[in-house]
Amino acid sequence: MTTTTTELTGGGAAPEAAPPAGRQRRSGGLGSYLLVRFLLIFPTIFILVTTVFVLMRLTGDPITAALGGRLPADELAARVSAAGYDRPILVQYFEYLGQLVRGDFGTAISDGREVSDMLTSFGAATLELVFYALLVAFVVGIPLGRLAAYLRDRWPDALLRVFAILCYATPVFFAGLLLKLVFAVNLGWLPVAGRASTGAEIQLQQQDSSTGIYLIDALKLGDGEVIQDVLEHAVLPAIALGLLTAGVFLRLVRTNVIGTLGSGYVEAARSRGVSERRLLRKHAYRPALIPIVTVIGLQIALLLGGAVLTETTFEWKGLGFQLVQYLQARDFVAVQGIVVLAAVIVALVNFVVDVIAALIDPRVRY
Amino acid sequence: MATSTTAVDAPGALPAAGRRPRGWRGLPVIRQLRQSVGLQRGMLVAGLVLTGIFLLTAIFAPLLAPYEFNQLRDPAGAFGAQQEPSSAHWLGTTVGGYDVLSRVIWGTRTALYVIVAAVAMSIVIGVLLGLVAGYFGGWLDRVLVVVADAIYAFPSLLLAIVVGIVLNGGESSLKGGIMAAALSITVIFVPQYLRVVRAETVRIKAEAYVESARVIGASHWRIMSRHIFKNATRTLPLILTLNASEAILTLAGLGFLGFGIEPTAAAEWGYDLQKSLSDVTSGIWWTSLFPGLAIVLVVLGLTLVGESLNDLADPRLRTRRRGPATPADVAETSVVPGSPAADSADLDHGKGSL
Repeated sequence: MTTTTTELTGGGAAPEAAPPAGRQRRSGGLGSYLLVRFLLIFPTIFILVTTVFVLMRLTGDPITAALGGRLPADELAARVSAAGYDRPILVQYFEYLGQLVRGDFGTAISDGREVSDMLTSFGAATLELVFYALLVAFVVGIPLGRLAAYLRDRWPDALLRVFAILCYATPVFFAGLLLKLVFAVNLGWLPVAGRASTGAEIQLQQQDSSTGIYLIDALKLGDGEVIQDVLEHAVLPAIALGLLTAGVFLRLVRTNVIGTLGSGYVEAARSRGVSERRLLRKHAYRPALIPIVTVIGLQIALLLGGAVLTETTFEWKGLGFQLVQYLQARDFVAVQGIVVLAAVIVALVNFVVDVIAALIDPRVRY
Repeated sequence: MATSTTAVDAPGALPAAGRRPRGWRGLPVIRQLRQSVGLQRGMLVAGLVLTGIFLLTAIFAPLLAPYEFNQLRDPAGAFGAQQEPSSAHWLGTTVGGYDVLSRVIWGTRTALYVIVAAVAMSIVIGVLLGLVAGYFGGWLDRVLVVVADAIYAFPSLLLAIVVGIVLNGGESSLKGGIMAAALSITVIFVPQYLRVVRAETVRIKAEAYVESARVIGASHWRIMSRHIFKNATRTLPLILTLNASEAILTLAGLGFLGFGIEPTAAAEWGYDLQKSLSDVTSGIWWTSLFPGLAIVLVVLGLTLVGESLNDLADPRLRTRRRGPATPADVAETSVVPGSPAADSADLDHGKGSL
């Protein structure tokens, strides 16, 4: 722990103005902050896992939920007791926790697949989608937010703010449906659904050591047509999901740039004769980006939820798409696995985000 | 986020309270409407108009809708599926053979029911928990905050789905469906109310008048309900409008994923959009466009109101009536008790919704 701490502070995180003694003290502060923050991951995951477990079991056991009414009562009871679902709920709960610690998510009831296996293979698709969406959000949201702050209270600002609110107000699936309608069906520029066309998909999956992330696989394959095909399929889902977060970024950057533009040090720089353009570009803009880092944690949660809807809209075969399939089959073992994975991802991303925020902004450390 | 530094100067809030206009002019939205100017007033008015149309449509749905939401035929015969917009069906018919316009209009009712139920339940539960956590503190406070934070950080739609599974065990009637959706949304909202009310409670608890009430011998319950509650709830109108829009989006999301209310029980926009998914591929646009637009317009209206209230509460963002804006000065001399509101809204900016 100590080595990482010194490494981290050595990475240019400590403000240059701080005297050596102060830096010493602060690096200790950072270390303990990181440790506490790291340890906080566990109760967070624990609470969510427990909540999900309790909620899912309120209705009964997964086997009855999935197969009830389709099997004779005695056979159903036999399968329930074979899987151990007739034991006291507390015993099952601790057993479930033990399994999770070992990375064992159980076996899906509907298709008999190992849940952990399913999570990794479909997780790659969701990861790819969320990555594209974040990219769209950054490229659209941050420059537009800066522009809106610069043109504050003039008509472009009003327009951009309405755009940001529209991004928020449009459900991702409706945005997806509209994009499909215009660009895929009417104009025919882009494919309607899926992650790649059938031919390309077969090529990608036959590759040895395929990562499941199609863009990486296509690049490894080195076939220009496959790369283009994969990218074309990604455009509409990425925009549908990315605009959701772009609106958030736009509003956040706008608010923060307006805030920093009015702050004392910008005023001081202005009085020194720094040009307005430079003020905006250097003095007001960069500090306003820090809060972006801190909201990314929440954005990941939002994007994971949005991914479920986007994947359903575009038949993007990721975790969200699978989740809906399993929900329809009432396969709660698999559903629970997906939800728990989401909890773990959210907790980890929030931890990483907090660490980055602590590194760039000394005020964050407690 | 940066506003939290100005949040603490509670004494500064007193002059504003003294100057607050009395009577109807002091009511939350009306006061802001009078306070606003220019663009901000335009946004607020636009939001209020859209919200008003939504409410009126919901109330007068039986008069406005040409058909029942679950009507498949009229004396002239069956409507037919996927009919293009015509004089008989202004917005066409769905794949299930329902009239799109009627379902869009009736859908306002379902949305309103869910908003009212979800927001009412989450306010009651969230405010109570927030008051208790903030007032008593200690381990209860810590546990509640950690649990609320964990739930808040979690993808709300996934949580709503899990709760939906529990409640929606074959339940597809109007009442059951609405309650299931509302409860799923409540679970997401309670942490937000808890956090905001708790933060206010902790601040107010340290005020002198709470101290004196305690000295006089007022009971905990009386202090919480009379002295703290009334002062801790001033940010609620803001969160309420923002949450109302989030409730609609969550309801539509749940409906889209198949947790909706059956079409024979009520009209629900998310369900209709799910059914239109296959229409889109064959170029049928009217089944998806209109329910989707309904969602966008209602959420837009509510968000515009919420955003405007937020901006008006934040001195850095409020457009001044006269003279050029000088935000740095304003922030320091501000007498508007707005910072906690701005904080809670920042929270929401960060989170966004579906």
